[in-house]
Amino acid sequence: MNELLWFVSRATGTASIVLLTAVLVLGALTAGRRSRALSQTVVVGLHRSLALGTSAFLLAHIGTAVLETYVSIDWVSAFVPFTAGYQPLWVGLGTLAFDIVLAVVATSLLRHRLSRRAWKAVHLTAFALWPLALVHGYAMGTANEPLLRLVPVACAVVGGLALTWRAVARHADQDRRQAILTQEWS
Amino acid sequence: MTASSPTDRRDRPALAGHPTVRVDRVACTGHGVCASLLPGSVRLDEWGYPVVLTAAEGGVDDGESARAAAVRLCPAMALYAERRS
Repeated sequence: MNELLWFVSRATGTASIVLLTAVLVLGALTAGRRSRALSQTVVVGLHRSLALGTSAFLLAHIGTAVLETYVSIDWVSAFVPFTAGYQPLWVGLGTLAFDIVLAVVATSLLRHRLSRRAWKAVHLTAFALWPLALVHGYAMGTANEPLLRLVPVACAVVGGLALTWRAVARHADQDRRQAILTQEWS
Repeated sequence: MTASSPTDRRDRPALAGHPTVRVDRVACTGHGVCASLLPGSVRLDEWGYPVVLTAAEGGVDDGESARAAAVRLCPAMALYAERRS
C-alpha cells in the first residue's frame, strides 16, 4: 500500500508538470494572441479547463506524498514551504508552487468579481510557479529513473519556446495598423 | 401602450429582441472568443473587434449557455450578459 502511494505520488507529480507546461503554453498563446478567432477560443477554453484539471492531479500528488510514510512530509508541509522532514528545500519549492497555484486558481474562479489589475497581478505569479515546479520535479526525480528527470527538462524546453514566442509575438492590432498604413488610399 | 425602458422594449420592435451581450469597448482587446461562441449575434469587424447584432440587424439568439460561456471565457473580461426581464 505504502509503495503504491509512493508510485502514485511520483506519477501524479510528473503528470502535473506536463499539464502545468501545457497550461503555460496555452496561456502564452492566449496572451500572445493568435489571429484566428476559433483557435483562440479553443486555446483559452483549454487553458482554463486544463488548469482546473491540473489542480486535481496536484491534490492527488500532494495527498499521496503526505500519506505515504517512506519519507516524513506532513500536512503542514503541504502549505508551509521548507518545513518537510525529507529534502526540505526541494519539497519546499513544490510547496511554494502549490501555494501559488491556490492563489491563481482562486483569483481566476473569482475573476469577474475582482479588478482586472488585482487578478492580473496574481495571475502573473504563475511565471514563478512554473520554474519552481520544474526545479522541484527535477531535483526530486531521483537518478535511478531517468524518465523522471527527462520530463521536467523536456517541459522546460517546450515552455521556454512558448515564452520566447510570447515575448516576440506581435500584437494583432499592431499588424493591422501596419496593414492599414501601407494600403492604397483612394 | 407603456413607455419603453432599457429593460422593456415591447413598444419598440426595432430595439426589442432576444437577450444579448454587451461589450466593454475600453476593455476589449479583440481576441474574438465571443464571435466564435456566439456566431448568431456577434460578428467581428475588419480589425477583429466584436459587433453585436440586434434582432433587427439579423442577429439570432445563441442561447443562455453559449452567452454564459462567452462571458466566462472572454480573456479581457469585456463581455457582459444583458439582463432582460
